[in-house]
Amino acid sequence: MTHRTSTSSRHLNLSDIGVNVLLWGYAAIVLIPLLLVVSNALRPTREIFKNPMGLPTSISFDSFVKAWGQANFNVYFVNSLMITVASVLLATSVAALAGYMLGRYTFTGSRFLSSFFLAGLMLPFRLAIVPLFLLLNKMGLIDNRMGLIFVYAATGIPFSIFILSSFFRQLPQELSEAARIDGAGEITIFGKIMLPLVRPALATVVVFQFVPLWNDFFFPLILLRSTNKWTLPVGMTRFFGEFQADWSTLFAGLIITTLPLVIIFLLATKQIIAGLTAGIGK
Amino acid sequence: MTASDLTKKAHKTRPRKKVQGVGSGAPAWGMIALFILPAFLLYSVFMVWPLFQSLYFSFFEFKGLVRGGFVGLRNFQELLTRYPLNEQLPKAFLHNVYFFIGTMLIQNSLGLLFARLLYVSRFGKRFLQSLYTMPYLISALVVGYLWSLMLNPLFGPINQVLKAVGLGAWARPWLGDPATALPVIILVNAWQWVGFPMLLFSAGLANIGEDLREAARIDGATSWKLFRHIEAPLLLPVIGIVTVLTFIGNFNAFGIVWAMGGVNGEPAGSTDVLGLVFYRTAFRGGIDAFGLASALAVLMFIFIFGVSMLMLGRFRRWEEDLQ
Repeated sequence: MTHRTSTSSRHLNLSDIGVNVLLWGYAAIVLIPLLLVVSNALRPTREIFKNPMGLPTSISFDSFVKAWGQANFNVYFVNSLMITVASVLLATSVAALAGYMLGRYTFTGSRFLSSFFLAGLMLPFRLAIVPLFLLLNKMGLIDNRMGLIFVYAATGIPFSIFILSSFFRQLPQELSEAARIDGAGEITIFGKIMLPLVRPALATVVVFQFVPLWNDFFFPLILLRSTNKWTLPVGMTRFFGEFQADWSTLFAGLIITTLPLVIIFLLATKQIIAGLTAGIGK
Repeated sequence: MTASDLTKKAHKTRPRKKVQGVGSGAPAWGMIALFILPAFLLYSVFMVWPLFQSLYFSFFEFKGLVRGGFVGLRNFQELLTRYPLNEQLPKAFLHNVYFFIGTMLIQNSLGLLFARLLYVSRFGKRFLQSLYTMPYLISALVVGYLWSLMLNPLFGPINQVLKAVGLGAWARPWLGDPATALPVIILVNAWQWVGFPMLLFSAGLANIGEDLREAARIDGATSWKLFRHIEAPLLLPVIGIVTVLTFIGNFNAFGIVWAMGGVNGEPAGSTDVLGLVFYRTAFRGGIDAFGLASALAVLMFIFIFGVSMLMLGRFRRWEEDLQ
């Protein structure tokens, strides 16, 4: 794919150097703060204050122990994990069912339903927080992790149906016909034949819901009251007030909060990029 | 033929078989309902219905959690006239506009530049693309806290580096000075998000046929002319999407501003944005907070949705003009 247009190789080299300086220079701007977080979490606050850019003289995990135990990150972490996983599972399951029906069949109202779900991609959902708060209050789901799970699952549905229905649509028709002749019902065709074929799309959908839910701050801030139900982002606000002077622990807290996402990123870069560019690629 | 045989067969045939006729014989209504209803209910009850209710509630008086009588447009009137809201709202709105313009100029131009530079194969291309995208994964709140430590006037590395390279005069309390706080937040937000426009522009560039580029080159077009006359016009749909998504994202900014400027957009309200005003109005307001917040939600909804639609229409017309 390399096509160079320049005729003078001297000119080419110079501009090439400039481009590389720019690209790798920016890479440093991305990377250095992240490396500083890691290096500063591994050394005591005293040392950080003495020399903010220095490397640890000896590695210590005390800050992680402190953030995990004393600063309640063990509780926040488990809450975040439980709530995020449950929401993603719920949204993906119901979206797979609906996406299958909408992708494979046309029936009265199917066009309308598709655009009804699709519209959710455009809606500024947070603006509905007042009625949502009153609704959950009536259902007894304020300060309840189940309430947050329902809300999160609802926000994940539009994107998941959008991706999954377009994948289901592309599967060949002969498959379901052959199975139907063999006497398979709709549920068998869906579960045993179609669902396994859209696994790549399921992976995209799962990863792509996980990240924003794990990071969300707005809904738990409003819907959860008791600290023992808080998720990591809400816990973080209290943590930054309480441990203000203890930078080493602050950095450790940032790492604990972000680590699962880094793992996901390393495992699923492809799905993340597919989700970010959904609808634009070929 | 078993299910697994079918699966194997499908894997073999899938790449060649494109879209087939869909919809021969839709299943019975009961079956359709079984598949659609769970998603429909969850999405309607917890997302669509509350959005509609916001509109309805904006015309009612609230006393705490209890909805009182119909008050017409009084909530809207209060919102625009009651102190301090009448001062905070226009200010926050203006900050969101700056946020959007700054992000377009810095983040999205950089994203386009990176996409263009990384389009040709070069050393470390995949690594750089992944690295630039990585901060997007981190919670806006974490990014905000991380950078407020970096920018700390006493112990923050940024000022230390400036001093070390002889630019000590530039060192300042970046987030404590009303003049620099918002620009700094815009830059930090761009640091987090630049990979997103880059990926979209990369996908857009990959969609432009190589033969088109080849033809332009044979005609003697320079890189810049190729970009200006071939690539940029063909990227217009992507530019449109990026613009609209940036607009929606910026007008919903919340976590990053909270982490760097607190719930009141410190210092002195210089980083206050609509998201924070909305939160404060709803959950830190007086007894009639829910009515006022519903009215604000309606105004924000109309503005964000309306402007997005206008932008999409505008870009579509540009595309048609160019064709």
